[in-house]
Amino acid sequence: MNALQSPSESTAKRIPAPVGLLAELTYRCPLACPYCSNPVEAEIRGGELDTETWKRVFSEAAEIGVLHAHLSGGEPAARRDLVEIVAHCTKVGVYTNLITSGVGLTEESMKQLADAGLEHVQLSIQDANAASADHIAGYEGAFARKMNVAKWVRECGLPLTVNAVIHRANIERAGRMVEFAVELGARRVEIAHTQYYAWALVNRKALMPTRAQIEKAVAEVEALREVYAGKIVIDHVIPDYYATYPKACMGGWGKRTLNITPRGKVLPCHASETIPGLEHWNVNEHSLGDIWWNSPAFNAFRGTDWMPEPCRSCARKEIDYGGCRCQALALTGDARNADPMCHLSPHHDKVEQIAATFDGTETDIPPYVYRRYKTKTPAE
Amino acid sequence: MNDTAVIADTVKPRLPRGVRLKHDDTRNEWLLLAPERVVKTDLIAVEILKRCDGVATLGEIVAGLADQFKADPGRIAADVRAMLGELAAKRMVDL
Ligand code: SF4
Ligand code: SF4
Repeated sequence: MNALQSPSESTAKRIPAPVGLLAELTYRCPLACPYCSNPVEAEIRGGELDTETWKRVFSEAAEIGVLHAHLSGGEPAARRDLVEIVAHCTKVGVYTNLITSGVGLTEESMKQLADAGLEHVQLSIQDANAASADHIAGYEGAFARKMNVAKWVRECGLPLTVNAVIHRANIERAGRMVEFAVELGARRVEIAHTQYYAWALVNRKALMPTRAQIEKAVAEVEALREVYAGKIVIDHVIPDYYATYPKACMGGWGKRTLNITPRGKVLPCHASETIPGLEHWNVNEHSLGDIWWNSPAFNAFRGTDWMPEPCRSCARKEIDYGGCRCQALALTGDARNADPMCHLSPHHDKVEQIAATFDGTETDIPPYVYRRYKTKTPAE
Repeated sequence: MNDTAVIADTVKPRLPRGVRLKHDDTRNEWLLLAPERVVKTDLIAVEILKRCDGVATLGEIVAGLADQFKADPGRIAADVRAMLGELAAKRMVDL
């Protein structure tokens, strides 16, 4: 593609400045969720960007217009320099959002983060039921720790979002999770049905609910919007596989956000490394602005020129941008194809086949393949 | 819900922690930053939000704006109530 195009005024004008930056500070995490979005094949120890590099990256992010930094992982609290990184973001005026499992935070570190200027905490919960939550996380006692974290967040006066990923094991409690988030003092709750890539794809059979379960859960959560209006904001990510049109992945490729891996690779979407032949640049070799405007990975699927049919002549192409590239690749073999979740895709039957397999009659539901990484190399 | 008329003159609106106004130099505009949200603001919205400090009452905010813009306090009051009602529903303003 237009890989080696040099940065020019016109490019910079045509491509809007990024709004959000998801910084995966580390892949290390004490939990082992079977739907984790971290890559299935990853070297999780060693090679992480150091403190100074992250600081430089956030300064560059502020310069090119990034407004929100989402500090994520893995578990970002596994980084000893988390407070320093937050303080730096505050200094350069970038809004900081900590996306955490809560495990690894202490009352003391929460206070330090708040003092460093942290602006928002997004805490994941695996279920509203403690035993089930710990089973899903693959970590005894995780649920109880999260309850403490929610309390510390409140005591620091920080706004709290509760995030719950929905799948077969907790879908009966989708509505309960909204209530639970209210009880935890959250101002916002994300009810996100599992998206099937990375570890979730490995575990699809164990995770995927039936259509009837999904319809019930979606209706339940939608009904709570009115009940809790003005009390909690509900962000509802409704499931793939049963929708008519796909979602605009990342709000459009290279349009709003960028992701940085623990080793500094900059991705247009957290699964874009699965697309073969896509050349990602690294913050160790390029400035963030150079990567945003000029790296081949970001320009590969920007706009609509790259689209084949049926997207090319579709009226929705500026609405959903043809959906998810990674899903198109995984299910059709070509990342440029329309997302097969779209009913206009010639490959849509594959999605229907998969969805139809999960009708509630299946008896061979496998146990979870927990997120675990081989640790060949000892800890540095 | 959202009956904007119920916001009394005596409430002291405040931007909660995690919600702040920022002048964005890249885009050259004022934005309201909140968890996972960026709200574009016009001139009047910025003036309203700057006064939401948890000290000034709604009545005082309206009077101040009416004075500053030489506008009809009744209309300003309606605008302020509508905007704050909407932001409160999104939990971006505490009333
Ligand atoms: S999804 Fe679970 S395992 Fe993956 S990073 Fe988050 S808390 Fe850790
Ligand atoms: S054909 Fe392409 S652009 Fe049209 S709705 Fe489907 S995925 Fe979106």
